[in-house]
Amino acid sequence: MKKEKELLKGNYAIAQAAIQAGCQSYFGYPITPQSEIGEYLSEKMPENGRVFVAAESEVAAINMLLGAGSTGVKAMTSSSSCAVALMQEGLSFIAGDEIPCVLVSVMRGGPGLGYIYPSQGDYYQATKGGGNGDYKIVTFAPSSVQECVDLTYKCFYVSQKYRTPVCLLADGMLGQMMEPAVVGEYPYEEIDQSSWALDGAKDREPRYIASIEREQETLRKRVVKIFEKYNQILENENLFEKYEIDGAKLVITAFGSIARIAKAAVKMARKKGLKVGLFRPIMLNPFPEKIVAEIAQKVDGILDIELNCGQMLQDIKASIAGVASIPVEFFGRPAGMMMTVEEIYEQIEIAYKKIVEKKYGTACI
Amino acid sequence: MEQLVYKKPDSIRDDFRITFCPGCDHGVAVKLVAEVLDELGVRENTIGIASVGCSVFSYDFFNIDIVEAPHGRSLAVATGVKRSKPDKVVFTYQGDGDLASIGIGETIHAMTRGEKVTAICINNTTYGMTGGQAGPTTLIGQVTTTTTKGRKVEISGYPLKVAEVLKEIDGTAFVARVTLDSPQAIMNAKKCIKKAFEAQLKGLGTGFVEILATCPTNWKMTPQQAHARVRGEMSEVFRPGIYKDKVSEAK
Ligand SMILES: Cc1ncc(C[n+]2csc(CCOP(=O)(O)OP(=O)(O)O)c2C)c(N)n1
Ligand code: SF4
Ligand SMILES: [Mg+2]
Repeated sequence: MKKEKELLKGNYAIAQAAIQAGCQSYFGYPITPQSEIGEYLSEKMPENGRVFVAAESEVAAINMLLGAGSTGVKAMTSSSSCAVALMQEGLSFIAGDEIPCVLVSVMRGGPGLGYIYPSQGDYYQATKGGGNGDYKIVTFAPSSVQECVDLTYKCFYVSQKYRTPVCLLADGMLGQMMEPAVVGEYPYEEIDQSSWALDGAKDREPRYIASIEREQETLRKRVVKIFEKYNQILENENLFEKYEIDGAKLVITAFGSIARIAKAAVKMARKKGLKVGLFRPIMLNPFPEKIVAEIAQKVDGILDIELNCGQMLQDIKASIAGVASIPVEFFGRPAGMMMTVEEIYEQIEIAYKKIVEKKYGTACI
Repeated sequence: MEQLVYKKPDSIRDDFRITFCPGCDHGVAVKLVAEVLDELGVRENTIGIASVGCSVFSYDFFNIDIVEAPHGRSLAVATGVKRSKPDKVVFTYQGDGDLASIGIGETIHAMTRGEKVTAICINNTTYGMTGGQAGPTTLIGQVTTTTTKGRKVEISGYPLKVAEVLKEIDGTAFVARVTLDSPQAIMNAKKCIKKAFEAQLKGLGTGFVEILATCPTNWKMTPQQAHARVRGEMSEVFRPGIYKDKVSEAK
């Protein structure tokens, strides 16, 4: 069955992809700018003989996800910013329990209620988390409606393959934006969960899914094992986009929706003869440190652009520390307005003059 | 001739490890739940939810599949399990702090949705595991580590009557409060636990049993004194009885 391209809103694209991916159980509580996901699934999940539960809170939703995931089914929740904050305890348990499931986080402005405008202020929330203990939430960030579809598939696949919670980190612009996209067949193999999932101890020993562990050494080993898994995920599942990196003197780093606008600005700069490239990590966690380090060794400087006060920036800096001593400039804008191509181009020019042409006097802001 | 006097339920592990203090009613309650699972023939089809409290090591004794919930969230976890696997028998085993304090929201809403699960609540009027602090079910005047002069209404209000609250929820099918202070009481408790499971097996709604249980360690009492307290001041405030029984009505 070949699917046609259709004009789709990001939130609906994610919801449709969840259905295509075989998501069996969805739990959610409304919050703008992602409510369409739950609205759509409230109708389509029961129509497809699947589960939709309107949770009474995000605390409940994440724990319903924990329960559903522990039975091995594909399960998902979606939310935003201050509401994802409520899920952090549950996420820590889910990661410690090695339960597969998908969290869609459509960022809005913060802190607190902030507002429903697009933002990337929850890069830290997704990749550093507020839950306790040593764990990571594997995170993928789309920058188009088509990627909302493709990466939703990827999230389900990676979560099931590695038994780990995975986050699709979108923002209000992607959630609300309409663009042509294809919701095709789920492209990944199905991963059998029957060796560990709970389904009643019939003709076998009982199974326990629990984060609590009394033996110090066993607990230590468990955490080490989980971290080995993150290494494998980085090695096998990493996704990124490199644009005009070869021969570039200045590289722009950006993720998600703003990376698209940055790409247009890079094209503009190239036309004007500036040797500028773009690196867009798609997998944000685990962070592709090595690739950033490799790039850094070949360029004169980096300009990081984000819709926040500099969050991925810290991972960029950490990646190149001790590897390349090049300047890392930052242009950011917290919650509220998108940047225009021209605005970004202007920043590229300033950084280029300063770093590449060594014409000081103007600072990035 | 040998005579079999007592047989360990299949739903209790052969290598079970008791993690409760001596004389604690948790042990009796766990055994009753296991016996009911055996008698209903559902052991191999059951998924239990372990809650955070003295019952967190449920998998040390229950011989069934178990998933642990964060403190208070057992009924949300149970919802996720049951909705995803509707043919499974799903139950939670929670303390009063877990079910009625930090988890009261999840409790009320799971029951409001009429989740076909069973919830067993061990009400010992305190947070046992953390050393006996006062919670919403602590009695007026009760001395705890955070009410060293006794719980005062002016400061922390009144004891929450869980069974009375939950019986008002349309989604509950069986609601009872029981004690474990005598052989008769234990037999009655088991009957009620069984009905709370039948409520889910018959698809009638949530089954709930609140067990008034002892915590000799934190009450600083002997098991005998502790049972006397259950019979006395605890039962005066928290009236044992069957508050709702759609299971019998449906028969
Ligand atoms: C979110 C959270 N807050 C606090 C705790 C600490 N804690 C562990 S058990 C417990 C109280 C348990 O009391 P209860 O549910 O009545 O069970 P009991 O031990 O009395 O059987 C608390 C407060 C925790 N584990 N998680
Ligand atoms: S602390 Fe209290 S409730 Fe916990 S095991 Fe000991 S006696 Fe039982
Ligand atoms: Mg208690």
